[in-house]
Amino acid sequence: MLLLIQYTLIFASVLTLVALGGCISEHSGVINLGLEGIMVMGAMGGALMLRNLSSAASPFVIVLLTLCAAVLVGVVYSLLLAVACISFKADQTIVGTAVNMLGVAAATVIVKALNTAANPDDVSSAVQYAGTKKAFLVKIGSFEFNWFMLIAVIALVCVFILLYKTKFGLRLMACGEHPQAAASVGVNVFKMRYAGVLISGALGGLGGICYILAGTSEWRFENGVAGFGFLALAVMIFGQWKPQRIALAALLFGFFRALSNVYFGFDWLVNAKIPGAVYNMLPYIISLLVLAFTSKRSRAPKAEGIPYDKGMR
Amino acid sequence: MSENYAIEMLHITKRFAGIVANDDITLQLKKGEIHALLGENGAGKSTLMSVLFGLYHAEEGEIRKDGKTVEIRDPNDANDLGIGMVHQHFKLVECFTVLDNIIMGVEPNKMGFLQKKDARKKVLELSEKYGLRVDPDALIEDITVGMQQRTEILKMLYRENEILIFDEPTAVLTPQEIEELMRIMKNLSAEGKSILFISHKLNEIMAVADRCTVLRKGKYIGTVNVKDTTMEELSAMMVGRNVNFHVEKTPAEPGEVLLDVSHMTVASKVHKNNAVRDVSLKVRAGEVVCIAGIDGNGQSEFVYGVTGLEPLVSGQITLLGKDISHLPIRKRNVSGMGHIPEDRHKHGLVLDYSLENNLVLERYFEPEFTSGAGFLKKKNIRSYAEKLIDNFDVRSGQGAVTPARSMSGGNQQKAIIAREIDRNPRLLVAVQPTRGLDVGAIENIHKRIIEHRDAGNGVLLVSLELDEVMDVSDRILVMYEGEIVGELDPKQTTVEELGLYMAGAKKDEVSAE
Repeated sequence: MLLLIQYTLIFASVLTLVALGGCISEHSGVINLGLEGIMVMGAMGGALMLRNLSSAASPFVIVLLTLCAAVLVGVVYSLLLAVACISFKADQTIVGTAVNMLGVAAATVIVKALNTAANPDDVSSAVQYAGTKKAFLVKIGSFEFNWFMLIAVIALVCVFILLYKTKFGLRLMACGEHPQAAASVGVNVFKMRYAGVLISGALGGLGGICYILAGTSEWRFENGVAGFGFLALAVMIFGQWKPQRIALAALLFGFFRALSNVYFGFDWLVNAKIPGAVYNMLPYIISLLVLAFTSKRSRAPKAEGIPYDKGMR
Repeated sequence: MSENYAIEMLHITKRFAGIVANDDITLQLKKGEIHALLGENGAGKSTLMSVLFGLYHAEEGEIRKDGKTVEIRDPNDANDLGIGMVHQHFKLVECFTVLDNIIMGVEPNKMGFLQKKDARKKVLELSEKYGLRVDPDALIEDITVGMQQRTEILKMLYRENEILIFDEPTAVLTPQEIEELMRIMKNLSAEGKSILFISHKLNEIMAVADRCTVLRKGKYIGTVNVKDTTMEELSAMMVGRNVNFHVEKTPAEPGEVLLDVSHMTVASKVHKNNAVRDVSLKVRAGEVVCIAGIDGNGQSEFVYGVTGLEPLVSGQITLLGKDISHLPIRKRNVSGMGHIPEDRHKHGLVLDYSLENNLVLERYFEPEFTSGAGFLKKKNIRSYAEKLIDNFDVRSGQGAVTPARSMSGGNQQKAIIAREIDRNPRLLVAVQPTRGLDVGAIENIHKRIIEHRDAGNGVLLVSLELDEVMDVSDRILVMYEGEIVGELDPKQTTVEELGLYMAGAKKDEVSAE
C-alpha cells in the first residue's frame, strides 16, 4: 500500500511538472506538443550530470547540479520550438512533433557517442547513475521520499502565484487569449510567448529527469519517456489549464500508472488474473476516455496555436 | 497659433503598394470638443488612425500635440501622449474580469505582484464620476456589449488619456445603449476630454459632434461646424453625390405564400430555455417581412432554424410548398432560399479563400463550374466572379483573386449580397444586411432588396436598425424573448410604438399570418 502511494506520488510529480509547463506555454498562446522531446532532452542533461558527479559529493550539491543541468538543457532545447513557432510563425503542431522525434533521436545519438568515446566497445545508449541517484531519496520508515515530490509542490505553488497574482501572469494569459488586446496596451506578445515556452522547457526538463529517476538506476535513451509528455498534455487538458486542477488530475493519472508497478502487491488484483499489460495500458486508456468525454467542455486559451500577427484585427 | 488644439495631424500622406490611402489629410482636434471623422468604408479613416497610433508611418506630414511636433513610433508612444482608443472590435480578454482588463499594461504592482485594491477604488471613482456603470469583478464574457464598451472607455480614463478616439462605437449597440453612449461622450467632453468620433452614421454625428471632418477615397474633403450643416450636405460631402435617405418603393403586392413557418421551436446555445418558442409566420411573394427586436431575443436562432444552421426542436418549415424542416443547408439553398448571414466572417465567407472562390461557394458543384470528372472549371469561375464584381461594384485590391480577409467590411458584405441575389432565390433571408456599412452602401443594398422583392420574390429581413425596419419593410413582426409579440404596419406605426413592443412593454396575440 505504501509502495502504491509512493509510486503514485512520484508519477504524479512528473505529470504535474510537465503539465504545468504545458499550461504556462499554452497560456502564452503556444501549444507545446514538444514536451515529450523536451523531457527526453532534460532527462539526458540531468542523467549525464549525475553520471559525472562523484557519489561522495554532498547530496544537496548533487541534487542542485542535476536540476540545473536538466532545466538548462530543457530550456535550450525548447528554444528550438520558440524560435520556429514564435519568430518564424511555423505551425505549432508540426514543430512540436518534430521536436519530439528529434528529442529521442538526438538524446540516443549523443549518449551513444559519449559511451563509445569513453569505451569503444560500449554502443549502448544507457546512462548509469546508481550511486548518485541516492541523493534524491530519503527513507522515512519504509516510505522512500523523493525530493521531486517537494519540487513538484513548490512548482505548483509558484505557477499558481505566477499566473494569478503577478503582472507577468496577467500579461502572459492575455497573450494566449487575445494577443491583439495585449499588444494594444503595450505588452510585447513575442517576448511573453518566448517566456512561456522557455518556462515550459524548464519544467519539461525537470519532469524528464524526475521520470527517469523514478525507475531503475540506469536509463536507455532510445526508450524516450514512454509518452509521458503526451500524458502530461492530457493531464493539462483534464485540469482545464488550471494549476490546482492539474495537480489533482496528475494524482489520478499517477495512481493508474503506479498501479502497473505494484499491482502484484495486492492479492485480490493478482487473483483477478488480469494480464500485466492491461495495467501498463491503463493510464493511456484512461486518458483517451477522459479526453473523449471531457474535451467538449474544455476551455483552452482562445488564441493558442495561432501565430501572432500584428496586422490582424 | 490662435486656436488651442489637443492634437493636429497635418498634411498626412500614406501610400501602400499601388494606392494612396491618405492623400494630404489634415485633422485638427480642439481641446474639449467632439470631433467627428466621417467617410465611407475605404475612405482612409482607419489608415489615418493607424498613423496616429504609430502602427503605420506616414511618408509625409507631421503630428503635433499642443502645438509641438511629436513622433509616434508605436502604440506605447501614443499612450504616453495621452491618446486612447476604443476599437470597433473591442480589445478585451473575455475570460478576465473587467478590472483586470482595465489595469492590464499599467498594472499597479509591488515587485511584480498585483495590487488590485487601489486600482479597484480608482475604477469605481471613475465609473461614478462619468456615469459608466460597470461591475469590476464580472467576467467580460458574461456582460453586455454596452458594458464591454464602458470597460474600454474606463481603460482610457484609468490611463488618464486626454484624447479619446471612438472607432465606430455604435455599430454594436442597441438604440438604448447608443443613447447612453451619446450622453457619456457629452459628459467626457464637458470634463475637458477631447473626443474623436469615427462614424458613418450621420444622425449620430448631428446629435453629438461639434465639428466634422470628411474624407473621401483617401482625400481630405473639408471640416465643417456641425450646427451649420445638414445631414444632406454631410452625406453629399462623404459620397460625392446626393444620397436618398428614403427608400423608394411602391406598396407591396403580396402573392402566394413562399415560406410558411409553423410552431417552430429552436434551442438556445447559451441557456437552457429555448431561444425561439413556438413561432409561426408566413412570407409571401412580393413582400419584405421584417423581424424587429432588440439583439438577443431569438432572432438569430430563428434564422438559424429557417436556414438550417441549427436543428429544430419542433415545428415545420415549408418553402414553396415543400417541407424543408429537416433538409440540410445545401438542399434548402437549391430549393430556393438565399441567406445573407448575420456574421459575415463566421457564416458568410471563407476568409482565407479568394473572392472568386467565395462567390461560387454555393454553386461550385453546378455543371457550369465543375466538370463531370470533378475538376473545377477555373476559367468559368473567374468570368462569373468578374461579372458579379462588376454588377455589384465589389471593390478589392487585386480583383477576383483578392483574399476575402483583406477586403473592407463593406465590400465583403457586397460580395455576399452579390452571391446570394445573383442566385435569384425565391426567398431571401437577410440578417442585418447593412450592419457596419456607410450610407452609400446602405442605399445600394436597400435598393437591391426592393428590386428583388419587385421581381416577385419574398424577403425575410432581420434588423436591429429602426430606420431600416421602418423604411424597407412591408410588414413588421416584433420578436421578444423568443416569441412574436406584435405585427405592425410600418406605414401606420411609429418608432415609439415599435420601441414599446421591442422592450416587451406591449404584447398582442399574433395569429400565424
